[in-house]
Amino acid sequence: MTYAVAQAAAILATALFIFSLYWMNDPKTARHAVVAGVSGMLVAVLATWFQPEIVHHGWIVLAIVAGFIVGVPLSLVPLTAVPQRTALSHAFGGLAAGLVGAAEYFLGLTEHPAQLTAFRMSAIVAEVILGFLTFTGSLMAAGKLQEVKWIPQRPVTYPGQNVVNIGVLVVAVALGVVVVMHPTAAWSAQVFSGIVGLAVLFGVLLIIPIGGADMPTVISILNSYAGLSAVAMGFVLNNKLLVTAGALDGSSGLILSIIMCRAMNRSFTNVLFGAFGTVQKTVAVGEQKAWKQETVEGAAQLLEQASLVVVIPGYGMAVAQAQHKVRELYDQLTKRGITVRFAIHPVAGRMPGHMNVLLAEANIPYTALVEMEEINPDMPQCDVALVIGANDVVNPAARYAKGSPIYGMPIIDADKAKTVLAIKRSKNPGFAGIDNELYVQDNTWMLFGDAKAVIGDLVKQLAGGSGIH
Amino acid sequence: MIDGLVTVQTAAEPAGDYWSMLFVFVLATFIGLGVIRRVSRLLYTPLMSLTNAISAIAVVGSIAVTGAEYPATIRVLGAIALFASMTNIVSGFLITDRMLKMFKKQ
Repeated sequence: MTYAVAQAAAILATALFIFSLYWMNDPKTARHAVVAGVSGMLVAVLATWFQPEIVHHGWIVLAIVAGFIVGVPLSLVPLTAVPQRTALSHAFGGLAAGLVGAAEYFLGLTEHPAQLTAFRMSAIVAEVILGFLTFTGSLMAAGKLQEVKWIPQRPVTYPGQNVVNIGVLVVAVALGVVVVMHPTAAWSAQVFSGIVGLAVLFGVLLIIPIGGADMPTVISILNSYAGLSAVAMGFVLNNKLLVTAGALDGSSGLILSIIMCRAMNRSFTNVLFGAFGTVQKTVAVGEQKAWKQETVEGAAQLLEQASLVVVIPGYGMAVAQAQHKVRELYDQLTKRGITVRFAIHPVAGRMPGHMNVLLAEANIPYTALVEMEEINPDMPQCDVALVIGANDVVNPAARYAKGSPIYGMPIIDADKAKTVLAIKRSKNPGFAGIDNELYVQDNTWMLFGDAKAVIGDLVKQLAGGSGIH
Repeated sequence: MIDGLVTVQTAAEPAGDYWSMLFVFVLATFIGLGVIRRVSRLLYTPLMSLTNAISAIAVVGSIAVTGAEYPATIRVLGAIALFASMTNIVSGFLITDRMLKMFKKQ
């Protein structure tokens, strides 16, 4: 009877999870997704909890309460910190899988050696390797995104790095094979601990050479790993619900990784082993032309006379928390009958969809957010392209500069607009460390300064406020 | 000699069960690919926090390890895993809803 209840609950939860993801296909229905997801989770948790094998309840209640205490504040972080939060939750997911894998192994070793069959052992080893590498890798990624002091932001590379990284993984897998063949030998527990240690190390090594521009791809890959570690846990525990839910997460991470890689014209291996963002100062194209700086008044005038303005936001907008000022600018312009569109590059920001969420937070209607492929044909008709803290995603060098790390990456054709206004914090190159000739084009005017402050001044100017010089 | 014992067990294990698990995995992956492909590109960030919360279904495994009649050391590992999964469930669903609320047409 309880078996049937558990199986029925698993089927119901699976269906709810699939509906949950299905409803994400449109912002109109998307909030049903959360309801379905929560219901599925509730069904699954209760059905498991009421199984007759569960006899100790104290620690379960304690862990659930602790989860709420930590989880609620984590859900209230500012939206600019969502990439770090996401990375951190991948870390938690990996940790949970790794720990359950280790628990199952040691349980088998001490209580039921007969249960450590070759299949089950393979699943445990996969779960532990995936779980712990996702744990430390995601922690490192979260640290880099949060700009924690002792984790270097810039990619760190050294000779032979790829050999070392792949070597660590190969040794871990080889030890895994040994443990699968001899799960209960006198030395097996030590070898198993060695695998855990190597997986922990590999996660760190994997993220050290990753730069900020690669974060959207890396977060997606880690998302996929977190899902796969849940799948492995399902195989270990012979639980089909874990397998399906993990597979849904894994395929979501996979699709996002592919989209991110395509948006950068790079392959998985290139992202993980390519150390993007190593500064290449040599790619100075032609003679060094000078910037042309524009005043706030001049920029406001240009905007006022436009009929189509395309805003191209990048990570700089997130860093400056400028999205609310951008909304005010949007209001000022639309009030004058000017059409304003936001051109969203798939890898703008530090995670997939980052810009959309920030702009939605500022109450900009999602109908004004346009994907790169849709906006590019309209760019020649665009009167003013306003670049806010974006760099590599509008760099024309991606089209032809073969030596450039961004060569071949699809870009938003800001340079084809009649006029380009670019807001930039400093005169330094972007994350890829390359010069951007868009900024020295004949029709480009620069506004240097903090994006929030500059846009604030523009808004004041447009609103007819005084005190601007 | 324990090795020998395990080999015997391996030979006797019901292979059909594992194949059916693999079968479920492959089918679920195809469903996942089909459904995720259609997700609005506007919603990739909330999608990630949603799938994150869903994959915290690992909570089910953690409950089984924490609550069963096992040695305390094993159950501690389970309790930590349960805490980690629960954090993901709570923060994942809450932040997804918080973000989705912001997407307005006008």
